[in-house]
This record gives sequence, structure tokens and C-alpha cells, in this order.
Amino acid sequence: MIEQIVFYLFGGILLLSASMVVVMRNPIHSALFLVLSFFASSAIWLLLQAEFLAIALVLVYVGAVMVLFLFVVMMLDINIATVRAGFARFLPVGITVAVLMVTAMGLVVGADYFMSDTYMAIKSVGSDYSNTKELGITLYTEYLFQFEVAGAILLVAIIAAISLSMNKSKITKSKNPQDQVFVKKQDRLRVVKMQSETKGTES
Amino acid sequence: MLEIIYQFISQNLLLPITTLLLPVDYQPQGLLMLQTVIKILAILIPVLVTVAYFTYAERKVIGFIQGRIGPNRVGFFGFSLWGLGQPIADAVKLIVKEIVIPTGSNRFLFVMAPILSLAPSLAAWAVIPFDDTKVLANINAGLLYVLALTSLAVYGVIIAGWASNSKYAFLGALRSAAQIVAYEIAMGFALAGVLVASGSLNLGDIVNSQSGSIIHWFWIPLFPLFVIYFISGLAETNRAPFDVAEGESEIVAGFHVEYGGMAFSVFFMAEYANMILIAVLSALMFCGGWLSPFQGIPGLEGLFAWVPPMFWLLAKTSFFMFLFLWFRATFPRYRYDQIMRLGWKVFIPITIFWLVVVSALVITDTPPWFN
Amino acid sequence: MMNADLIIAIPEITLLALACLVLMVDAFSKDPLHLLTYWTTQASLLVVLALVLYYFPENVQVAFNGSFVSDSMSAILKIFMCGISFVVFLYSHEYLKEHKCLKGEYFVLGLFAVLGMMIMASAYSLLSVYLGLELLSLSLYAMVAMQRDSSSASEAAMKYFVLGALASGMLLYGISMIYGLTGSLQLVTIADKINLDDTNRMFLVYGMIFMIIGIAFKLGAAPFHMWVPDVYQGAPTSVTLFISTAPKLAAFAMSMRVLVDGLMPLVEDWQSILMILSVLSMATGNIIAIAQTNIKRMLAYSTIAHVGFLFLGMISGTSSGFSGSMFYIISYALMSMGAFGMIILLGRNGFEADMLDDFKGLSERSPWFAFIMLCLMFSMAGVPPFLGFWSKWFVLKELVASGFVELAGIAVIFSIIGVYYYLRIIKLMYFDKPESMTAIKSSKQMRAVLSLNGLLILALGLSPNILMSLCLTAIAG
Repeated sequence: MIEQIVFYLFGGILLLSASMVVVMRNPIHSALFLVLSFFASSAIWLLLQAEFLAIALVLVYVGAVMVLFLFVVMMLDINIATVRAGFARFLPVGITVAVLMVTAMGLVVGADYFMSDTYMAIKSVGSDYSNTKELGITLYTEYLFQFEVAGAILLVAIIAAISLSMNKSKITKSKNPQDQVFVKKQDRLRVVKMQSETKGTES
Repeated sequence: MLEIIYQFISQNLLLPITTLLLPVDYQPQGLLMLQTVIKILAILIPVLVTVAYFTYAERKVIGFIQGRIGPNRVGFFGFSLWGLGQPIADAVKLIVKEIVIPTGSNRFLFVMAPILSLAPSLAAWAVIPFDDTKVLANINAGLLYVLALTSLAVYGVIIAGWASNSKYAFLGALRSAAQIVAYEIAMGFALAGVLVASGSLNLGDIVNSQSGSIIHWFWIPLFPLFVIYFISGLAETNRAPFDVAEGESEIVAGFHVEYGGMAFSVFFMAEYANMILIAVLSALMFCGGWLSPFQGIPGLEGLFAWVPPMFWLLAKTSFFMFLFLWFRATFPRYRYDQIMRLGWKVFIPITIFWLVVVSALVITDTPPWFN
Repeated sequence: MMNADLIIAIPEITLLALACLVLMVDAFSKDPLHLLTYWTTQASLLVVLALVLYYFPENVQVAFNGSFVSDSMSAILKIFMCGISFVVFLYSHEYLKEHKCLKGEYFVLGLFAVLGMMIMASAYSLLSVYLGLELLSLSLYAMVAMQRDSSSASEAAMKYFVLGALASGMLLYGISMIYGLTGSLQLVTIADKINLDDTNRMFLVYGMIFMIIGIAFKLGAAPFHMWVPDVYQGAPTSVTLFISTAPKLAAFAMSMRVLVDGLMPLVEDWQSILMILSVLSMATGNIIAIAQTNIKRMLAYSTIAHVGFLFLGMISGTSSGFSGSMFYIISYALMSMGAFGMIILLGRNGFEADMLDDFKGLSERSPWFAFIMLCLMFSMAGVPPFLGFWSKWFVLKELVASGFVELAGIAVIFSIIGVYYYLRIIKLMYFDKPESMTAIKSSKQMRAVLSLNGLLILALGLSPNILMSLCLTAIAG
């Protein structure tokens, strides 16, 4: 009973905040509602006894991804008016496509075809059961190949991001701390010997 | 002794309340809830008192290091008592001050920000074990939970910086966001090292896997991770020498420049609560938590057997808390690009490398830690 | 069990290790020409090529719990991927050096892209297909965007990225539906499940359509071709060269794995979808290409047309038809490599020879390279005895044999239309006056390899059976 109350509570929060992400006019507010919806879905995952996924969602998406997202959104000056300019014009098309998609998906997912009988209700497991451990075992045995390829993809993402953003010659003004430490007086200071000037010699 | 008090309260206060107020079906749940509330209070009240006196300790310690006296006037009932009343006086002062909400700021988020920054650092205490049995929530993924919550602290800072509608605050928020994200990775890898070494995500199990003697503690096999964890902790809590987010000489007070009164003091409390949390986590994960440092030494072990385990945890935590103050008094503030360089180019490679070393040690069953 | 698995995947594992090595070499080398990076890259490709040859599978070997397969199709495709990438990097190095935009990451990302292609060729579960595709695409997005000062390159990268992400989304949507309906991600299991029970065929087709849309996006088939011309034109020629060659083999492998290995029971359904895509691609490709003045853009539309032809072989639904498709895509990659190589050859510092007018009077400037270009264009147009003729011939023959006579007729009509714009380049080269008489300057190795490239098209055209028998064993074994 309590589980159901918790489920509906977080399910409601999730739906509400997810729709607020789309509806809000201020992009910062949208981003913060997205954070809230991540929390709500993580709570639902906890209900399914998938504590690793739940916490990883908070850790990765809320703790890192959304922070950077907010970081970027705060620095951009997004003009809502221009973003929404085509909204009314494309609304009929959008709604038609959406309705079609929902109907078609509803037929597939909602029908008996979607193997819903094979996905049984989750078993209640003892407190010594570790979701993290089970996930780790599956990941490193059954899905080892995919796991390694995913690692390679992330490596490529890092290489791509760094090679695209680092343009040593032009943009960055970074300093090399080592050079700064070893700087000598002669490098910065130039002693100029010159004749003393008197007022009369000007002009 | 704590158990006796808890049993007393449970029997004589909570049980009567539930039996009086609730229908019979709901009595067990009601009792459990009330007991949990009592446990939460038993953790939070000492934490908050420690926060208050930690500020006092900071002023005293830094005062001594700098050859000053520190606060020594405010006491109780006419006795100055080395200034022990100072935190209470400060608290009263901050509470009665007006909270000014700047024009053009986002009112709701402006008020939410301090709460968002304090809440995670208090919530993380739920999984901290104080000894073998005393833990509020003994969950499997305790380590992950702590990591997730410490990563949330940044929201308070970012939102405060943005909602204040002030350039300095915004700059502070941006600095803080970049810094926390950078150091969180190193911190995560350090914790992954602990996870590999102990084979568990449960904080209690982590401590128990260090038992044996002082050389069994993880601070020896995980020494680089230990150092990096603590330094990253300094950076995560925006403490000196990583306090560019506040940087009073550059951006006035950073993200909380527009805050005053109670709103400011909540930020203040969050910072100190986070420090205590990092200190207790360092003690738990690298220094054997509640295990006695004399364990395994014949003679001394028996001599100190009467000391409650919790004492050792608190002593170790106090030591790390002292380190925070010591560092602040010692090191000048890092320049921003140096902070970034240290995080990304030094700490992350070292932690990844050491993760490999630890895994090798674990696989080869290297004594005395992993056999 | 694990060690046997590792040996089956040893070319991929080695390539990953070598790519990381190249990354390290480049990070610590200070050479502005990145010669060490370049040579280690080329050496890596040769090593992997040798490993694929050495461990050439005699039968179908499955590894990693059915997510990886090594059969003769994957091995032959991998050989061509490595070989073609080797030549592509050789041309690219020339181009990047000449245009002063040489970056070591080009080669690193290129190697990762080759890894992605090899994974796609060997994918035996939908998850591996998707991950290989992402590895390939991610590397390509970054390579297109690498020239940061060029606004057209940035625009191309943006379009490529956004549409590519959309395509990946479509593909994943389809994958998740097929997974939900069959309860498996492994291609063989999916095929078995559908064979056993296809009561929910309609819904399987619904999921399959999404997957085909994803594949069509990646191959650049009409009506999902919008990104192709912009990316081909906007990207640096070295990257266009890369995109238009080896990844096409990978895209072919992906469609073979998904449609033939996984969804063969639904063959009637995907045949009709591919028919529409094929006719539309041939029509848009061949007709719009006529109006182009930029040769890179023209070749982009020609790619679209060729993809249409590629589908024809798959529509026939027989294993010899698939061999025809494989023959087609390999010969297309070889021709496209030569054509973009010519553009690189004619370009010089700060000047891209990417307009049709730049080819005016090439026969007077360099009769030899005009001849090579003639070979390439005749081959693309499908004039006998060049390679391109045979590729079209095999595909059409299989199509007619399977009874799709009308479709073959349409294909012939469109390829006759297509001949026009290929011949126009030959006319420009041989019958127009050159705008300038500047000599072609480029290194000896570039000239030698490009000449070999052109002659290979002619040689394979004279004896197409070598390649054809290779393709037949690939599909049969």
C-alpha cells in the first residue's frame, strides 16, 4: 500500500516536472525542472530495487551533466521570442505527427504483442541482494564486448571534444605554470640607460 | 550508554504516543517512524552543534597560528569562558538580521538556494555508521549515496549565483560549478579505489574490511587516493586554498554576496557541515573509522579496550577537521587556471593509475590488506 | 571460453590498442607535419590487415555471447576497409599538408572510425550494430568539424550531427520495438523467433521501418539524403573522401546484418520498402546531379544514385543478389576514392579544385591524369569495360533473375540519365580550353597511388571475376 502511494507520488511529480520542462518560458527553470524529474525517476527506480541505477542517475545526470548544462544555459542569452516564433505555424503538423505516433506506439506497446507476459512483476529480494553487484557481473560477462565498445565511444567523444575546443594558436590564453616559475629578472625587466633630460630640451 | 537512553525514550515516550494516537493496525509503522525521527535528531543536533563550534574552533585555531587570541569575550552568565558563547551570539545576530532580496532577482530560487546547499550535506549523514551497529540507514550502496549527495551541493551555489542577479555572484557560481565538476571526477575515482579495495559499497563493511591493525587501514595501500580524496574534499567544499568561488579579494564574496542574515548563515552552515562530512568520510574510508588505532598491538589493545569505538571515529574526524583549518591558515589561494590544471591534469591521471595498482594488489592478494 | 573469444576479435582489439598508441604518439610528438603519427597510423592499418588475413575465418565464428561474429563477409569487408582507409589516409595527408590544416587527431579519429566500421561488419547483435555505428559516426562528426575556421565545414558538421543523431534515434526506436516483440537483441535469435511465430508481424514491420529509416539516413538514400550534399561539399575534401569510401562498406554490412541476418523472415516487407527508397534515390541522385556546378556536390548526388543501385541487389533477396550488392559497394568505394583523390591532386594551398570548371582542359595540363579521371568517370557512369559497368550488370542481372523486370528497366533509364553528368566532365577535360596552365604539383607517392587507383578500376573491369568470386564466397560462406 505504502509502495503504491510512493509510486503515485513520484510518478505524479515526474509527469508534472517533465511537462514543466517543456512549458516553462525561462530555460533555467526548464533545466531545474529537468533535475526534479531526474530525482523523481530515480525514486521510482529505487522502488524497483534498482538502487545502483537510481543513484547513478542522480550522480551522473544531476551531479554532473545538468550542472554543465546549467552552466551553459546561464551564460547563453536565449531569446524565447525567437525560439517560439514558429510555434503556432508548426503546431498543426506537430500535433498530427504526435497523435499518429502515439496511436501507433499505443497499438504496439499497449497490445498483447509486446511480450508483457514474459516480463513478470519484479521479485522481492532480500537485503543481502546487491543490485550493483549483479549489474556488474552482467556487464562484465554477458555484455563485455558492448561495454568495451561503449568505452571506446566515450574515448572518441573526449578526443573529439578536446580537439575541437582546443585551438592553441588562437583562442586560449592559458599560461604554462612551469615557465612562470622559472621566469628570470632579465626576462621581464629591461634597464635602459639614458641621458637625463632637462625641461629646456623638450619641444 | 546511548543505547540505554534510546531504549528509554523508545519505551517511555514513543510507545505510549503511538498506542494512544494510532489505530492498532498502524502502530508498528508509526512506532518505527517515530523511532527514526528520534534517531535523525540524535544525529542532526550534534552535527549542528558541531557546526556552530567548528566556526568558533576555526577562529581560535587560525588565531593561534597567526599569533592572535581569537574570540574571547562572549561567555555565559558573566563568565567569559574563553569566548565559548561566541557562536551562539553570532547565531542570534544572524537570525535577527533582515534578509534583503535584491531587485531583479528570482525570489523563489533566491530563497531555495541556501536550503538546497544545506540539505544534501545533512542528508548524507543518514548512511554514516558511528560504530558497528549505530547507523541510521544501513544500505548497500552507501558509498554511492554519499557520492551522489556530495555532488548535489553545487546546486545551491549555482542557483544562488544565478538568482542573485549580480555579476560577482554569477562569476562565483560559474567558478564553483567548473571546480566542483572537475574535482568530483577525481573524488569519484578515489572512492572507486576504496570500493575495489574493500569489495563493498556499504560504509560499515568498508570499515570492517580494514580491521586488523593500524597498518591494515586503507591509508597505506590507497595513500595517493587518500591524499587526493582529502584535497578534492577541500575543493568540493570551496575551502581555502580552493576558495575562488568566494574569493573575497577578487569577486567580493562570490556566490553569496547578496545574501544576508539567516539566508547567509544557512550557506555558512552548509559549508561547515560539508567539511565535517568530508572529515568523517575520510576517517571511515581510509583511517579505519571506529577501529582502535591500538588494535593488534599486544598490551595496548587491552589497555584501551574500554574506550567506546565511537570515540575513535570522532577523534579521527576531529583531526581531519583540524586539517581543514590548518590548510586555510597556511596556504595562499590558488589561481583559477592552476586549480583546473591540478584537477584535470594531475589528480585524475594519478587516481586512474592508482586504481589499476589497487586492482593489481587485490587480484594478487597482497598481504596484509587483501588476503 | 574467454580466450577463444579474444582470438576471434583480435583484429579489433589490436586496432583499439594501436589507435590508443597513435593517440599517445601524437600527444607527445612536436612535429608540425605529424609524420610519426601518420606512419604509425598507416602501420597500424597494415598490421590489422595482416591480422584479418592471418585469422581469416574458415567458418562462422561467434564470440562474446553472440554479440560478435567473424565470417568471410566480415573478413573480406574488413580487408577492404583497412586497404581503402590506408589509401584514403595517404591522400588525406597530402591534402592536409597542402592546406595547412594538419592535425594529429585526424588520424586518431580515422582509426577509431575504422574500428567502428569493423565492429559494424562483425556485429551479431543489435546492440553491437548500434555501438559500432555510433563509434563510426562520432568520429566522422568530429572529423568534419575539425577545420574550425571554415564556416561551411562547421555548418556541414552541425547538419551531419543533428541529422545523424536523429537517425540514431530512429534506429534505436526500431531496435527497442524489435527487442520488445522478440525479447532478444541477437540477430539469429530474432530471426528464429520470427520464423517460429509471426502472429505479430505487423508490429515487427512497424519496428523494422524505423530501423530501415535509420539505415537509409546513414547510407544517404532518398528521401533521407538531405545531409549528403551539404556535408560532402562543406567538409574538407580529405574528410569527404573518407566519408564516401570505407564507411559505405560499413553501412552495407549493417544493412546486411540487420535485414538479412536478423529480419530475413520479413523479406517481402523490406523488399517493398527498399524498392521505394531505391527508385527515389536513383531519381533524385541522377536528376539533381545534372544541375550541379560543384564537383563535390555532384559526387554527393551521384552517391545517392549509387545507393539506390546498391538497394537493387538487396531487393532481389537471393544470396547472389547480396553478392552483387557487395560487389557494387566495393567498386563504388574504389571509384569514389579515385574521384576525390583527383580533386585533392588538383588542389593547392588555399585553393580547392572543387568546381567543374577546374577540370577544364585537364588533358592539356596533364594527359595522364586526364586519362585516369576518364577511367573513373566512365566507370561511375557504367561504361564497359570499366568496373562500374560490371557492378551495375551484376546487380541488374540478379534483379531480373528474381523477377523484378520493371524495376531493372527503371534503373537502366536512370543510369542512362546519369551518364550525362559524368560525360560532361570528360568533355570539359578534353574539349575545353584550360583556365590556367599551372602545373600539377604533388608528391610522387600521391601520383603513383592515384594512378594505380585508376588503373585498378580498369584492371578489375577487364577481369571482374576476381572480385565477384570474392563477393560470392563472402555471402555464401
